[in-house]
Amino acid sequence: MLNRGRNIEKGRVITRRMFILAAAKILLFAGISSRLYNLQISDREKYEILSDKNRIREWKTPPQRGIILDNFNKVLASNDRVFQLHLILDEINDFDVTIFKIKNLIGLDQFEIKKLYKKKERLKPWDTLVVSDNLTWEQFSKINLYLHELEGAKPVLSTSRFYPYANDLVHIVGYVGDASLKDLEKPEIKENFVPGLKVGKYGIENSQEKMLIGNYGIKRYEVNASGKRISQIDYIKERQGNKVNLTIDIEIQKYAQELLKGKAGSICAMDIYTGEVVAMASSPTYDPNKFTHGINQKDWQEIRNNPLKPLINKSIAGLYSPGSTFKPLVALAALEYGILDPDKTIRCKGHKHPYELYGVKYHCWKKEGHGYMKLRNAIKQSCDIYFYEMARLLGVDKLSIIAKRYGLGANVLGDLYNDEKNGLVPDTKWKRRALEQSWYLGETVINGIGQGYIQTTPLQLCLMTAQIANGGYKIKPHIIKDDSINYKDVINKIKLDQSNFPLHERNYLDDIKVEFYQRMYHRKSNINFVLDAMFGSTNEQYGTSYKSRYDDPKYQFAGKTGTSQVRRITDLDRELDLDTDQIEYKKRDHALYVAFAPYKDPRYAISVIIEHGGSGSKAAAPLASKLIKRIIDRHKLRERYNNGNTSLA
Amino acid sequence: MLRERIRASNYSFLDKLRSIDYLLILLIIAIGSISVFAIYSTEGGKFSFYTKNHIIRLSIFFNLFLVLSFVRVSTWYKNAYLFYVVGLVLLITVLFFGISASGATRWINLYFLNLQPSELMKIAVIVCFARYYHRIQNSDIQSYKFLIQPIILLIIPCYLVIQQPDLGTSILIAGSGITIIWLAGLNIKYFVYSGLLLLVSLPFVISVLKPYQKSRILTFFNPDRDPLGAGYQIIQSKIAIGSGGFFGKGYLKGTQSYLEFLPEKHTDFIFTLFSEEFGFLGSIILLFLYILLIYRIINVGLVSRSFFAKLYCFGFATAIFLYVFVNIAMVLGMLPIVGAPLPIMSYGGSSLLSIMLGLSIVMSCKIYNQEQISAY
Repeated sequence: MLNRGRNIEKGRVITRRMFILAAAKILLFAGISSRLYNLQISDREKYEILSDKNRIREWKTPPQRGIILDNFNKVLASNDRVFQLHLILDEINDFDVTIFKIKNLIGLDQFEIKKLYKKKERLKPWDTLVVSDNLTWEQFSKINLYLHELEGAKPVLSTSRFYPYANDLVHIVGYVGDASLKDLEKPEIKENFVPGLKVGKYGIENSQEKMLIGNYGIKRYEVNASGKRISQIDYIKERQGNKVNLTIDIEIQKYAQELLKGKAGSICAMDIYTGEVVAMASSPTYDPNKFTHGINQKDWQEIRNNPLKPLINKSIAGLYSPGSTFKPLVALAALEYGILDPDKTIRCKGHKHPYELYGVKYHCWKKEGHGYMKLRNAIKQSCDIYFYEMARLLGVDKLSIIAKRYGLGANVLGDLYNDEKNGLVPDTKWKRRALEQSWYLGETVINGIGQGYIQTTPLQLCLMTAQIANGGYKIKPHIIKDDSINYKDVINKIKLDQSNFPLHERNYLDDIKVEFYQRMYHRKSNINFVLDAMFGSTNEQYGTSYKSRYDDPKYQFAGKTGTSQVRRITDLDRELDLDTDQIEYKKRDHALYVAFAPYKDPRYAISVIIEHGGSGSKAAAPLASKLIKRIIDRHKLRERYNNGNTSLA
Repeated sequence: MLRERIRASNYSFLDKLRSIDYLLILLIIAIGSISVFAIYSTEGGKFSFYTKNHIIRLSIFFNLFLVLSFVRVSTWYKNAYLFYVVGLVLLITVLFFGISASGATRWINLYFLNLQPSELMKIAVIVCFARYYHRIQNSDIQSYKFLIQPIILLIIPCYLVIQQPDLGTSILIAGSGITIIWLAGLNIKYFVYSGLLLLVSLPFVISVLKPYQKSRILTFFNPDRDPLGAGYQIIQSKIAIGSGGFFGKGYLKGTQSYLEFLPEKHTDFIFTLFSEEFGFLGSIILLFLYILLIYRIINVGLVSRSFFAKLYCFGFATAIFLYVFVNIAMVLGMLPIVGAPLPIMSYGGSSLLSIMLGLSIVMSCKIYNQEQISAY
């Protein structure tokens, strides 16, 4: 019985302890269940995202860049078909072997191979390595032929930037290249960048990046744990960048560029009402297509070391003393402020009896002198003595107000070109601030003939001429077609204002800000006087550009020559009186010419600058004359086109 | 009359059939079938190596289970120590002639099967301890004399298994043994003291662990420590389970597993795959099946007369619970990854064999539940 009692007790202990264990089990199972609940119900979304992140990998596909067109929709920058070789890294077992095979097929040199290895280090194992982005057809077909032996190699038909007018447009359109770290900081590039995408490096390509870059596409693939693509699950198509229409006429641009061939200089042409830049040539030039796939060292050195500096966009980044092309503006200022009567006569006595001020002598360019001059004649024959005196009477500060108002000393195209220069229109305040010196009257005197501190770009001179030629109205120069401007309205508005006798609501002699398409003059007769004098300069005997004139009223133009000194002329120089050819290139004067055409109903303004070209009448005016004819010949076409008749292209 | 006859051990075959726990058999079949589907899914929906092998093993071992169920429980009792000794011998054999895989030597090549003796040892310890405590009087249990023997019996196989190295199985063996000691009625204070001792010595224990075991434990506390290395499995497992949601991604649609993000998906991480494809609902159902299985085993213990049968069934039920809990808690990131298969579900012959063997002893306890075992 005792034994039996003990046994019953033992059985109870076992059962009791089992129930304690069972309770613990229930607790622990509850723990598991709540954990499952947490993972699968509370945090489900988080883990779903993680799971998708695991299995879905995105590849960005590069967009096509927007094309750039000229005024007549001629393509200036397109996307050309190119042959490329890509390597899918996760399909390659032995990178060295593959590279070796490729090297033998397409002939990579040691330097290029090193670059590939470096590139590969920066890529993720599932990325694509671009071995070459521009294969020749021969290389491409070779790769295709041996494709079965090349692990992971993928011949790709792609597009790349192509500039059909190559050298003729590089200073306007710019070029593209690989994005630098600095490029990647720009928001429009940062947002849309895909490895290998080319971005704008200069010009329109650079400043219109936002328009041109487009949006990349996304290819989503399901991948397994080792990164191998299993299936494509989504493809958001890339969007090509927007097109950009320029106001440039490529025919004129080409011709301007041709005229400048072999010279260093610039030609700008502008619609005097609408402000459209028709041509903006800079010479010498270079081929932007060379930059697309990375320029080679030799070509780069050639461009860099060219003494005529092709990399400088002379139309907007070249700074020149305007020389005598400044004179119409000086005359206008003097007339506006009523400084002198245009009938005032000054005698130019030649080098023997120069203009004297406080003991300093100022010579006219003409050795034998012009004789008795009135203002019109002084502009026409470009007499320096007259302008010395006039500038002295006018004073630099008044001159600077008018010069700035007509477009000098300020950036013309806004932020389109990061290298555009402001130029400099000096006044007394500026000198005190910048040089901490007071102004000397002698500086005013030489300022009167466009020498001294004054610095202008060719495009500014073109704008100045345009704004005088249109009767003294402020225009908005632009090189990208602006749909917000109704050209017809703008022209009509200015022309209507010209024919009226408007009241003076504002004092135009003060330094006031003028709105676009509003007049800038104080008295209209002053503008007309200057225009007439410029007509004389070109179309009357003794005028400085008389030889370049057209008699046909259709092409007849008016202009002003300029010869800007690049150094001080010594008495010895005056004595020698050498021809341009006899002077060392670097020491020759710059030749300038500004003009507007046709004289009767002006529409275009033009500026020509030939660096170290000698005299404006010999080197610059003939080029302007030729180009003006071409521009006027194409005017009707342009007019019809801009009025909405696009079928002409 | 029946009772009399049973006591006299005169069971007719019909009586035996009548005593079979059919619900238990049904549960085994249910979990077995689920495991076949799950393993089929690990192979991406192709009927190949693992699925074939699993089906073959499952049917062989299930039949073995049925046959062994009719072995008298007293036979198990008589041969309990022998079972333990055989297990020990096999473990020692592994030490010298074992075959290695991924840095561990755990298997003996039996040509038709790579036997993992540590799996058998899990059962052998329970049987052996059940017998040991069957005959010890209640009053003697607390004495050191009777306590020292089972502890030695436990330390030897645990030590051998750790040497393989296989921390997970070793812990499970220890767990099963300690469970029986607990059930037999050893004073609670021993458990409390040894628990405290373990806590205190934990830093020391960790310092003698193998580097990979250490890293697994450290990774358990912070899986992001090494997301592509040691933490990878647990991170991927949690992602798979979490992304399954309530209804799961659907059968054969578990992206984490068929895109091979999940490691060891047909063995230790089979629950992860199942949970990804069948979601919270499926997981809870599977968990419920296991609870039912444990409940049925406990039930057999409750209706058994002998202490041996009681101790064995309760012990085995707890062991099953431990396997399930450790495995699921591990794939859920609640315990460090130690390498413990999910009973019946996981692919692996030895584990399946030992579970079926264990279940057949349970069934034998059920069939012969009225049999008294004299404490000879």
